[in-house]
Amino acid sequence: MTTVDPQLVAQPALPARRRSGAFRRLLRRPLGVSALAALLAIVALGLLEPVLSIHDPNFADLAFANAAPGTPDWPLGGDRFGRDIWARSLAAINVSVISGLIGAGTGLVLGTVFGLISGYIGRRVDGVLSWTFNLLMTFPALVLVIVLYPVTGGTYQSMMFIFGVFLAPGIFRLVRNLVVGVRSELYVDAARVSGLSDPRILSRHVLYIIRGPIIISAAFLASAAVGVQAGLAFLGLGSNQVPSFGSMTSDAFINIYSQPVQLVWPSLFLSLLIGSLVLLGNAYRDVLAAPQGASSSSSRRRRPGEKAAAVDARMDRDDTSTPTLSAPTLSTTSPATPAGGLLRVRELRVEYPQPDDTLRAVVDGVSFDVAQGEIVGLVGESGSGKTQTAFSILGLLPPQARISANELSIAGENVIDSHRTALRKLRGSVIAYIPQEPMANLDPSFTVGSQLVEGLTSRMSRKEATATILELLARVGIPDPMRTFKSYPHEISGGMAQRALIAGAVAGRPKLLIADEPTTALDVTVQAEILDLLRDLQSEYGMGVLLVTHNFGVVADLCDRVLVMRNGVVVESGAVREIFRNPQHEYTQKLISSILDEDTVRTDLPVTAKDEG
Amino acid sequence: MISFILRRLGAGIILIFVVTTITFVLTYGANIPVARNILGPSATEAQVAALTSQLGLDRPLIEQYGSWISGLFQGDLGTSYFSSQPVAAAMGDRLPVTLSIVVLASILTLVISTVLGVASAVRGGALDAALQAITVIAYVFPGLVLGIVLVYVFAISLHWVPAIGFTPIEESVSGWFASSILPAVVLAIGGIAALAAQVRGSVIDELGRDYVRTLRSRDVSEGSILFKHVLRNAAGPAFTTFSLQFVSMFGAALFIERIFALPGYGTYAFTSTIAGDLPAMLGVTLFGVGLVVVVNLLVDLATGWLNPKARIS
Repeated sequence: MTTVDPQLVAQPALPARRRSGAFRRLLRRPLGVSALAALLAIVALGLLEPVLSIHDPNFADLAFANAAPGTPDWPLGGDRFGRDIWARSLAAINVSVISGLIGAGTGLVLGTVFGLISGYIGRRVDGVLSWTFNLLMTFPALVLVIVLYPVTGGTYQSMMFIFGVFLAPGIFRLVRNLVVGVRSELYVDAARVSGLSDPRILSRHVLYIIRGPIIISAAFLASAAVGVQAGLAFLGLGSNQVPSFGSMTSDAFINIYSQPVQLVWPSLFLSLLIGSLVLLGNAYRDVLAAPQGASSSSSRRRRPGEKAAAVDARMDRDDTSTPTLSAPTLSTTSPATPAGGLLRVRELRVEYPQPDDTLRAVVDGVSFDVAQGEIVGLVGESGSGKTQTAFSILGLLPPQARISANELSIAGENVIDSHRTALRKLRGSVIAYIPQEPMANLDPSFTVGSQLVEGLTSRMSRKEATATILELLARVGIPDPMRTFKSYPHEISGGMAQRALIAGAVAGRPKLLIADEPTTALDVTVQAEILDLLRDLQSEYGMGVLLVTHNFGVVADLCDRVLVMRNGVVVESGAVREIFRNPQHEYTQKLISSILDEDTVRTDLPVTAKDEG
Repeated sequence: MISFILRRLGAGIILIFVVTTITFVLTYGANIPVARNILGPSATEAQVAALTSQLGLDRPLIEQYGSWISGLFQGDLGTSYFSSQPVAAAMGDRLPVTLSIVVLASILTLVISTVLGVASAVRGGALDAALQAITVIAYVFPGLVLGIVLVYVFAISLHWVPAIGFTPIEESVSGWFASSILPAVVLAIGGIAALAAQVRGSVIDELGRDYVRTLRSRDVSEGSILFKHVLRNAAGPAFTTFSLQFVSMFGAALFIERIFALPGYGTYAFTSTIAGDLPAMLGVTLFGVGLVVVVNLLVDLATGWLNPKARIS
């Protein structure tokens, strides 16, 4: 514990390097670079005001009142008092920029400082600060800014400061949540163990991570402050000696019937300023969210299919070393299953489109059968394609998946040509599904009973369906079926939830049950009970079962036959007894020995992440 | 449930108390020359001092606060220094105008955001692009500019609706609608941009959840999955966003009223602030915070109804 892997501590340098890259990538985006250019151009116009304008912004010459645009020395014309609109616009840019800086700055400083404190220091402080900022968030900020106007002395700077205070809660929440997330990261622990002080950790490590989101927020906060300053000035709050787009709009608004063109200039500049800020923030967010090659792809949430494809892509390299054994192995084992069994799969392929428009196969030519009354195990580690195989039989793959097969027959009917519609008709009645994580597979907003009943109502009355489900809840071993029926998912245990889902799956009297790691997420003591229940129900209903698992212990316990999958192909298959006695494939040997090393009850591989197959 | 409502109401009353107290201290303690403002520059110092003492502004701050609070408990918010109208009555006149446009804007926001958000989450493609475009436009063009453009196009050029003024709903429903719809649209556009994006994101998230796949495996119809299960689960975060949007719409209404010359709460807030009309300013604060408290309570109740985990018995 005393030595620290320098690699771990050095890790925060990575995001920093990435961020400088992010700025370069921002410049490569047309939207990003044009928004940045527009913003810089506007700010430059404001800074060059003394050079670019002839008149003082408050200088009025009634001879030029409502002068048309293009009048010599009055390039954008004069307003109703004869002031130079061009000069006023430039001065108003400066007022807007200062407003944005004060408003966003106040919000950012308060939000970041208290967010860091709240997220990093601990529970009690966090509780108080979170409560305070949540309260602040619900304040009607503009009402208070207006009411407190006399107190602020009427300068726009102090009004922006007050408004900035009300911008802080958003930043506070952002920073706090990011810090809470980062605090538990390994490299922060490592830094702490290596003796770095808290302030140093905060500034060196934590600030790196939160910099990107804060830059994005700064752009949005600044745009809000600029808009509010203009609005307040439009109302007439603030000194009339301070040129502002708001007061210019207000002056021009009086002339809307006679001189509508005067409204164009403040609106144009204000929209350009706010628009460039918002678009810049948007573009920067897109840059940070976009995938940046393999190194950072893990930071992005992927859909299951994409992940499976990525896993497959990583495994692709040693594809050549694993011979495709499915065809020869199958020919030796298929006599064991009667032709025209319950499920017949031939040369099943599941592919996902890749960013470079190629297709990546996650299931690559899988063939097998499940006979009526037979339990077939489908074994493999994460990314082997076993769950993808199961979901393609259920027709529950994500829409971007491409499925093809020589044959996909269920109860004698080949459905491969119209599998999406055909499988939908079979689901619930002919094929049923038991998921891996019972809690995530119940809708949290509805009672257990109501969502189980729903699938049955197309076939029977609601009353009959309720009776059926109550009966089945008792059958699967739930002590008080009525109570569980009326409970919400968060009110019951994981084991009860899995029993309820099993009841829901068998309620339609299916012929084929597909169980995807049905015991993985459960306590060890509950696992055995659920497996017993599955065996009982299987023999009672005479169902065929396809049991997807990574656990050879479960296979030994329950299955008649087993298929071992790796990298999307079946590497070995046969009767369970035979495979255990004489595993042919090196990979099967490895899977079996990894289990027999342990206590046979605790057979789960130390896999904590959800197995996406 | 009742204890939950009572507790939230209690917290709300504390919030109102805290905010009005802070406002009181800041405004009454700021030594705004109220009497001088009322009497004008030609009044003598003696006249100013007499009026100051008549208004009770020469008393210690704590004493003034005590009399304001005791008046509050009797439903008396004081009387405007300038118009001599009781503040509570003035609020009663002004709030319906503001609520008209804010409530209309809320309805527009909720309906359009749900339709757009769900449609773009499910269909994607052109609809999704349209939603993104609306979001960008709403953020890029300030409400001030948008309001002026709408007035110019629909009121001044096309004469479809009156440019200014307000018709109460009890006078004429169509007149009320014509005078409220433009300000409501301006308010709603910002809300729609924020809420539709939120609905879209939540619906996409929910559609990817495991329970959706399991419902499909039990032959539950796609319509029921989307409109019953997904929408209900997505509604919780959306309601939270909406409550924040409501607060900011209420704030934005203060500007919008000015563009459309509506005699509402915002106009009252503005005129009393400019004049330094202390009782009116406190009344404005009280009603503003009170409205936010009520809306947040309603949103909490809706969230509890939608999400059984958030329900407190």
